[in-house]
Formats: sequence, structure tokens, C-alpha cells
Amino acid sequence: MLAFFIRRVGQSLFVIITMATLVFFGVNVVGDPVAMLVAPDADQAEIERVIRDFGLDKPIIQQFGLFLKGLTRGDFGNSFIFGEPAIELILDRLPATLELAIGALLLSIVIGLPLGLVAGLFPDHWGSKTIMALSIFGFSLPTFWVGILLIMTFSVSLGWLPSTGRGDTVSVLGLETSLFTLDGLTHLALPALNLALLKISLVIRLTRASVRETMQQDYIKFARAKGLSEFRIVRVHVLKLVLIPIVTVLGLEFGNLIAFSVVTESIFAWPGMGKLLIEAVLQLDRPIIVAYLMLIVVVFVTINLIVDLTYTALDPRVRLGGEKA
Amino acid sequence: MSNHVLAINDLRTVFETHAGPIKAVDGVSLTVERGQVLGLVGESGSGKSVTGYSILGLVDAPGKVADGNILFKGEDLRNATPQRLRRIRGKEIAMIFQDPMMTLNPVLRIDTQMIEAVQAHTTSVSRTEALERAEEALAEVGIPSPKERLYSYPHELSGGMRQRVAIATAFINKPDLIIADEPTTALDVTIQSQILSVAQKMCETHGTAMIWITHDLGVVAGLADKIAVMYCGRLVEMGTADQIITDPRHPYTHGLLKSVPGTHKEGERLYQIPGMTPSILALGEECAYSARCSKRSAKCAHAPKREVVFDRYLRCHNPMGTTHD
Repeated sequence: MLAFFIRRVGQSLFVIITMATLVFFGVNVVGDPVAMLVAPDADQAEIERVIRDFGLDKPIIQQFGLFLKGLTRGDFGNSFIFGEPAIELILDRLPATLELAIGALLLSIVIGLPLGLVAGLFPDHWGSKTIMALSIFGFSLPTFWVGILLIMTFSVSLGWLPSTGRGDTVSVLGLETSLFTLDGLTHLALPALNLALLKISLVIRLTRASVRETMQQDYIKFARAKGLSEFRIVRVHVLKLVLIPIVTVLGLEFGNLIAFSVVTESIFAWPGMGKLLIEAVLQLDRPIIVAYLMLIVVVFVTINLIVDLTYTALDPRVRLGGEKA
Repeated sequence: MSNHVLAINDLRTVFETHAGPIKAVDGVSLTVERGQVLGLVGESGSGKSVTGYSILGLVDAPGKVADGNILFKGEDLRNATPQRLRRIRGKEIAMIFQDPMMTLNPVLRIDTQMIEAVQAHTTSVSRTEALERAEEALAEVGIPSPKERLYSYPHELSGGMRQRVAIATAFINKPDLIIADEPTTALDVTIQSQILSVAQKMCETHGTAMIWITHDLGVVAGLADKIAVMYCGRLVEMGTADQIITDPRHPYTHGLLKSVPGTHKEGERLYQIPGMTPSILALGEECAYSARCSKRSAKCAHAPKREVVFDRYLRCHNPMGTTHD
């Protein structure tokens, strides 16, 4: 187990350093941030002052060295626009994005898993066929369009839920979160649902396929022959096996939810990281882009580690660190 | 009331397919006495396993029992409610399956899978008590240090051990009848004989009747009191083990026995029954074996109804040992 951890941390460091290099150079070849920052009528002296201020006059290799040096202290540089440390700006927005992602993840499990189970257990029932047909919509409808439709329906026509922004927050364990206020939850409902739609469809399809495969197995027949109730067979024998692929996929999808909730955050004016990123990209605020991408890499690496650990809990055949079975 | 534990009368199990109905079991009648072992023998696809599944109502769709009676201790299981069938499964009639690698759920520990077999039928049994019974059952089938094995996962046991676990599970509720569907086929020869003797011992100690389904006449020769031979969904011959082994009357049984390697001189070609098993779909009135039979005559265009010849069941117009054999 310890060996597994050490190896994983080593691998993770390698991934992070590679990513840092790619991101730094990738971002530095795109566009000219100075042109975006100075006033259109600025003279040459003014432009050169700005270039010097941001350290853009140094050779790129030296800039990279400074960037790496900063990284070791957790310093990603200051935002060109706000003049504040980039990582702090992002971390300020992180709770909002996290709760959006967690909300969407919970929705996809709570809605997707039962529907997928039903569709898998009764594949020929018309209800199951309806579920499957709807899940195709979930896959194919574009997020932005569904988001607008949700706002039109629930906010504009029915007036049930607020359309934009984040609701009241309370401080829980030092994090500002809206998960524990009613106002916060009503604000969260629509964007989380919008973000979850694709994941719900994914979970439905995955669960259904997995259930159908599991139900064919001999051990299900053996369980029946033991006289177990159908409920117990599904709850104990099927569900645990079905959860294995779902945990893997949802783990990775959770990373995606955090990293790429950009569209949903824009539509619902959700003050999360995605919205910050979009603005940063438009204004070529390099430190923010770099810090954001680095943070996402760390998130993915961490989630993968958690998924691997969850595996061992679910599937006894998987033992970490290549121990002999 | 006779001593039958099970009396099957004219059982027909049909699979509805696009190509038409497949009569997997076509008018099988047989009886099993208390404490008796019946060997049900036939090639792959002869309907022997489906007969076993039909008894417990475990035939998978699109198959279903179309006709006949299955009298278990006088009660017709075909008329039993699903609830009643569930109560009988595992409690009064238990099953052992072919592949021990596949019959135990890979993600559940042995104790879970054995305890649930007890608790499915007697909810009043405490966990501790059920555990004790499981431990006893494991010890009885010859598993060393049963207490520790209870906390193993299936993949930590060998094939033979798993089959012992399956047998212990089947016997845990002291059923009246056990249906064993080729339980030794997937095991290697030395383990086969161990499993055979374990099963035999268990039946003797508990007075359990057993239907031992196999394609291997050699396996049942020493085990069964009575042997029934199936071909293409039909019973062709049934008698005491002695009668069938030493004095087969149906040409098919004769061919099967001749095909067992070991009775040949060294270097001699092994015997095989000429031709292939016909498609059950294409079968009509004729004797299913007639195309491959050395004793075929014009009469064989219409398969004989059941006949009892020399105190055994035989379905043949030209049995061996009567005309010019």
C-alpha cells in the first residue's frame, strides 16, 4: 500500500511538471496580452513599461525558470488584469464551482442509477424504452440550449426558480457555500441540473448495460436457486458489481464537471472558476489561465487516486501495489 | 402416496425463437425417490440442463415450461406462485452449477453468500447462528480451516474449493432434492472424483435425493442409482445404473458407452457415433436418433411412444440385444 502511494505520488509529480511545461509554453505563444492591456492610444514608452512590469521582456527560458521557481512557493504570478495573485483569484471561485459539480454529480447518481437499474432489469418494458429514448436526448441536446430552455421554463414562465447567480452562502469549515441555505439551493438547482443532464444519461446507459450483463451471470442464477428475493439479488449481488464501472467513469466525469462547467456557468452567471477562465482567455490573462489549468491537473490526479482506492473497496479482486493474490 | 420426492410427467419446455419454437425438453417423464441419485445423461443440447432448470422455474426467457406436471412431494410446481417457488428454492430443492468460477459472486465474501442462503428462508436465524451453520457445512464438505475460509473472497479459493463451497451452500438448508448441473465438468480429473465423493457422502448422510446432470456416463456409473439418457430433448432410455451400464438397449446409449475411452485396445481408433446431433428445430415425428442409428428401420419414421421393456423405460423400435445384435 505504501509502495503504491509512493509510486503514485511520483507519477503524479511527473504529470504535473510535464503539464506545467506544456501549459506555460502553450499559453505564451498565443496572442499579445500587452496589446489587450494598454490603452489604444498608449505610446511606445508606456507599452515598454508594461512589458517590463510583467517581465515579458526577458527571454522565454528565463521567464519559464522564474515561473517554475514561483511554482515551488505556490506562486503562479499575479493576474495581469486584477493585479492579485492568480491562484487566490481562482481558489476564491473554487467553492462555487465545486458545489455546482457536486450538485450535478449527486443528481446524476440519484436520478441516473435508479433509472438505469429499471431499464436494465426490465429491458422490454415500455417504461424502460422511454427512459432509454430520453437518455439519447440527454446526450445529444447542447448544454447551452437546454440551459436557456430551463431558464425559460422554470424562471420565466413558471417563476419557480431564480435564473442567475449564486444564492446566500454560509461559512462551513471556513468555506463559503450555498449548499446549506434554501436560497442557495434554489439558485443551484437549475445550473446543477443543466450540468448533470449529460451525466444522467451517461449513468443510465452505463448502469443499464452493466445490469444486463450482470443478470446473465451464473452467480445470479445461483443466487436465485438459493431462494433469495429478487430485491436482495439486485441490492446485494447486482448493485455492487454495477457500481464498479460507474465509480470509474463518474470519477473522471467529476473532474470534467469541475474543469469544464464553463458553458453552464456562463449561462447561469454562476460565479465559478469556469466563468473566470473564460474572461481570462478573452483578455489573455496568462497567469490565470496557467494557474487554472495547473489546478485542474491536480484535481484530475487526485480524483484518479481516489477512484483507484474506491476500487479496492468495491472489488476484492483488485489489490493495489501488485500484491500476490 | 408413493416414495417419490419428484415426479415429472410429460414435461415440455419450449424456447420461442424467431426461427420457430425449439422444443428443448419434449415430453420427459421421470421420478426420483427419496435419497436416490438419478443420473441425467446426454450430449450438449440434449435438454438435460433445461430439464433441471425447469423444475425450479429458472428457465431464462424466451424459454418456458409449456406443458406437463412437476410434482414435488405431491405439489405441482408449475402451479406454484413465484413466492412459493422462491420458498422452495434453496430450502427444499437446491442447485449446484457447472462452473464454480462463475457461480459465486466475485465481489461478495463466502460468509455473505452462505448466510443469505440461510436467512432467505428463516429470517429468525441470527447472523451468528447462520455463521455457525455455514462453518459446519464447510467443514462437512472437507474444507480445511472453514472459519477462515468464510472470510475469503471466491477468487482466493481454487476451483475445487469453490465447488465445495457451492455444495456446502446447497446442503445448508438440508433440502430434500439437489439438482447438480454438471458440477464436475469444469474441474480436473482428480478434483472431479473428490467432488463426486463429497456429494455422494452428503446425500447419504442427509438422505438427500439428487439429480446429477452430466454428459459423462463414467461419472454417474459409480454414483447414480438410476440413469436416464436424453437425446434431443427426449428421454430415450431409463433404468437402474446397472441395467444402463452393463446392458444398454437403446442404440444411442450403446453408442455413448462405446465412446467412453478406456475400453479400447491401445492404438485402436476411438469410437464415435457417426453424424451430428440434428437441429431440434427440424425434428418431426421421426425418432431423433434415426439418422445416426445403425439399427434404423422403416418404423423409425414415427418415434415410439414410451415403452417399458424389461422393467425399464425405453423408446426404441429396434433395441439392442433383441434382434440380430
